[in-house]
Amino acid sequence: MLRLRTLLLALASAFALSGCQYHVLSPQGWVGDQQRNLLIISTLLMLIVIIPVLIMAVYFPLKYRADRDDTSDYDPTFEHSNKIEVVIWGVPILIIIALGYFTYVYTHRLDPYAPLDHLEAGAPVEVQAVSLDWKWLFIYPEFGVASVNELAIPEGRPVNFSLTSSTVMNTLSIPALGGMVYSMAGMETKLHLIADETGTFPGRSAHYSGPGFSHMTFDTLSMSDEDFNAWITDVKAKGATLDRTSYLELEKPTIDEPVRYYGSVEDALFRRIVELCVEDGKVCMGHMMMQDELGGGGIEGIPNASAYSYDRARTIDGFGNLIELPDVEVKAFHEAFWNDPDAICSPDFVFAEKKNNG
Amino acid sequence: MANAHVQPAETFSPIFGRLTLDWIPYHEPILVATFAGVALGGLAVLILMTYFKLWGPLWRDWVVSVDHKKIGIMYMVLGFVMLVRGFADALMMRAQQAMAAGGSEGWLPPHHYDQVFTAHGVIMIFFVAMPFVTGVMNYVMPMQIGARDVAFPFLNNFSFWMTVSGALLVNISLFVGEFARVGWLAFPPLSGSSYSTGPGMDYYLWALQIAGIGTTLSGINLIATVLKMRAPGMKLMEMPIFTWTALITNVLIVVAFPVLTATLALLTLDRYADFHFFTNDFGGNAMMYINLIWIWGHPEVYILIIPCFGIFSEIVSTFSGKPIFGYKTMVWATACIMVLSFVVWLHHFFTMGSGASVNTFFGITTMIISIPTGVKIFNWLFTMYKGRVRLEVPMLWTIGFLVTFTIGGMTGVLLAVPPVDFQLHNTLFLIAHFHNVIIGGVVFAVYAAVSYWWPKAFGFKMSDKWGKRSFWFWLTGFYFAFMPLYALGLMGVTRRMNSYPDAGWQPYFIVAGFGALLILMGILCTFMNFYVSIRDRNENRVGNDPWDARTLEWATQSPPAPYNFPFDLQVSGREAFWTMKQQGFTWPKDNFKPIHMPKGTATGVLISALSLAFGFAMVWYIWWLAIITFVGMIGLGIAHTFNYKRDYYIPVDEVAATEAKGAAV
Repeated sequence: MLRLRTLLLALASAFALSGCQYHVLSPQGWVGDQQRNLLIISTLLMLIVIIPVLIMAVYFPLKYRADRDDTSDYDPTFEHSNKIEVVIWGVPILIIIALGYFTYVYTHRLDPYAPLDHLEAGAPVEVQAVSLDWKWLFIYPEFGVASVNELAIPEGRPVNFSLTSSTVMNTLSIPALGGMVYSMAGMETKLHLIADETGTFPGRSAHYSGPGFSHMTFDTLSMSDEDFNAWITDVKAKGATLDRTSYLELEKPTIDEPVRYYGSVEDALFRRIVELCVEDGKVCMGHMMMQDELGGGGIEGIPNASAYSYDRARTIDGFGNLIELPDVEVKAFHEAFWNDPDAICSPDFVFAEKKNNG
Repeated sequence: MANAHVQPAETFSPIFGRLTLDWIPYHEPILVATFAGVALGGLAVLILMTYFKLWGPLWRDWVVSVDHKKIGIMYMVLGFVMLVRGFADALMMRAQQAMAAGGSEGWLPPHHYDQVFTAHGVIMIFFVAMPFVTGVMNYVMPMQIGARDVAFPFLNNFSFWMTVSGALLVNISLFVGEFARVGWLAFPPLSGSSYSTGPGMDYYLWALQIAGIGTTLSGINLIATVLKMRAPGMKLMEMPIFTWTALITNVLIVVAFPVLTATLALLTLDRYADFHFFTNDFGGNAMMYINLIWIWGHPEVYILIIPCFGIFSEIVSTFSGKPIFGYKTMVWATACIMVLSFVVWLHHFFTMGSGASVNTFFGITTMIISIPTGVKIFNWLFTMYKGRVRLEVPMLWTIGFLVTFTIGGMTGVLLAVPPVDFQLHNTLFLIAHFHNVIIGGVVFAVYAAVSYWWPKAFGFKMSDKWGKRSFWFWLTGFYFAFMPLYALGLMGVTRRMNSYPDAGWQPYFIVAGFGALLILMGILCTFMNFYVSIRDRNENRVGNDPWDARTLEWATQSPPAPYNFPFDLQVSGREAFWTMKQQGFTWPKDNFKPIHMPKGTATGVLISALSLAFGFAMVWYIWWLAIITFVGMIGLGIAHTFNYKRDYYIPVDEVAATEAKGAAV
């Protein structure tokens, strides 16, 4: 008994210690605040109907127990009542109308794509966030610096995120500041957040993305303007250079990557990441779309396929190790197909070397 | 790379395809121990079956049987067996997350843990919940409409065995190769050929395709049954509520499952034939997959819950001694849910960056579904109102459902508000929500259904004591296991994490793990209940109508004769059996006629066995086997069309003898 009480006390104190972590309920920025308010409004609206239902669900079976003393109110034919029907359809409909109104207003107000200009909170900071396997890269285009697994933002100024991914889907999630949006390869998504307090807030990927997913965490350092400028200066001074070569090195899958800084960033790197053409010799997606619009490469274009290939070079095994695959020899296959079709069917023809990662 | 493990090299041999000895996980102690347990248990079953000479009866009376009641029971057995497998996965996850805090890596590395959570989701939805609801529909619905069997008895047998093949393929992946590490819906590009190498994802695809064929065919079958096989005089608006929900669910199955089949087929082409539907390069787009899979996926959750609404409707009405309150409202509410379930899929990914107007639309359509659902809950409440409520075990599950499901519904509507979802998306709040409705809804309903219809199926009641124990463990276990997850969700804790840095979350995960242990006790009590009930069957024998029920299945013997009803019924009005009882109906004792019945066939189980071999061959690229088994399946299917000996007549003497043993009513 005593041991049980000690255990309960220990649990209770553990809960008390962790009490300040309810980021969704006590957010540190305007977006999170609004979302929290909406959460509370919606909950209260629904409790209007939920509480009576919960009470009735327990009270009715007890009150109308078959073994009660007085069963004179038993009415075996009672199966319809227009009054009750009006109430049980009407009340939920009214609540959903109210909730629908709030949903409409707040969903437009809190559209993650909408800039936070209306807050008149100072000049926004641009951050280009790239989810890599399995770490976050944050590029600050206005300052020409970048960091890995650490996000510094100035308190009280909106942060305009542009998101993309190098391979699979992730989401950028900083619960203390507000909601999340997916990052997807070959696409750019937007998210706008703001911190109203200084402090260190946990951030992570909230969409499962493979073996290293649990370690895709980072600290969000919300700091005063001076501290933020000092951070930029510091990163500029001590960081390496992030160009297309070093990006391709950084992009390779790693797990539990330490914080890193880049003092200079090659121009338009983010654009190339989005368009899947950081590597030399790869066609950017915008260009490819233009080609498609003009009719595409046709059968003659097949030998150029490797210029469009992206995923194959990033193939990983189940433990997150990169698998080196030889380039598909499309050209040889294509030529053989036109010149000597029979050869392709012969067992000696090798058009792609067998995958080998042993 | 910190992790030195690599998966076996991808080799190819003409005979074994990609399968090599390296793919047998004999270096994984957990899997070796599991295999030893399964092998010993299997061996014990084999020996006992042989000793008691049960192979012949098993084959004749069950495997080749086209009797909807036997198939229904086999679906339930499959569901309970797979529940053990899926729940073992749940315990492993709870143990991992209770340990892996603040720098600790726990006991399952990501490679294993990620397979476990994928398998848990896939198994619980496709091979536990689906067999359960299909099994109850199969068993109960034909009798409720006064039919002798379903519309296509052979198809029913075939559907069941295809589901078994899919389940077996998932279980084979445990010991030969690996399972997918992608989450239960396998979003690309992660599930594509580049980011999911190895056979795991292929097991996923073929297991779901094979089982999906079974589900679709069973849907077609049960729709035809409700529409064409009702007893004369039973109008649509006079069908029992459970039959209504069965009809609506099967309409959903027939409309939604082809979408799943097509979506998985596209992903299969991506993986096997270098198509680029969902890849990053060559113009593929993963967002298409995510839309398509949820266009199936959202109706799917209603496919699971709607029959459960029907189960609770029957139970509430029977145990309150009253007709269901607001029958028409109930039917129309269910029909509304059926239609609306197809216009809400986007709420699963509000965070993908759709515009505010699109998100608002899908948010509000989702909330609208809560209106007919809420009405149903009120209808059950007002069925109890002024009733005589007998608090038997099925009724306890029903009250547990009403409370739990209402809470789950509320958190569901919260998640339907897009800006709230931006915060709670993919957090443990979401996990708590859908377990709240699936455990509180589907699992409780299945337990209620088992205890309610068990006396009908076997002629004796289940143990009250063990039934109550099971209920209280499940109920408290559920709250201990999932309320901490709501709290964690409000802290912003993400799902599917193998380890987490914040040690402050650990106490919550430990409480959740404790809840999972309580649920384990609930499951053990269930099996104890089966054992005790069967052991004490002679003390608990009951008549044909032990609960004083209101629908036609209770007009049969317990257990029902193969032909269900000795005579064709003429039905008028709702609650046909209740009316019959009021009028003092009894079955005639003579003038029986021969009864026309469908004959059992082994074709279903044989084609399904071939489909299992085909799936295995495709997973491992064993082309010769794939070709042979595929041709075999088609060949058997064609050969079966030449089988004209599909029916027989039960002679009058036999009917008379059966009826003399325990005449219905």
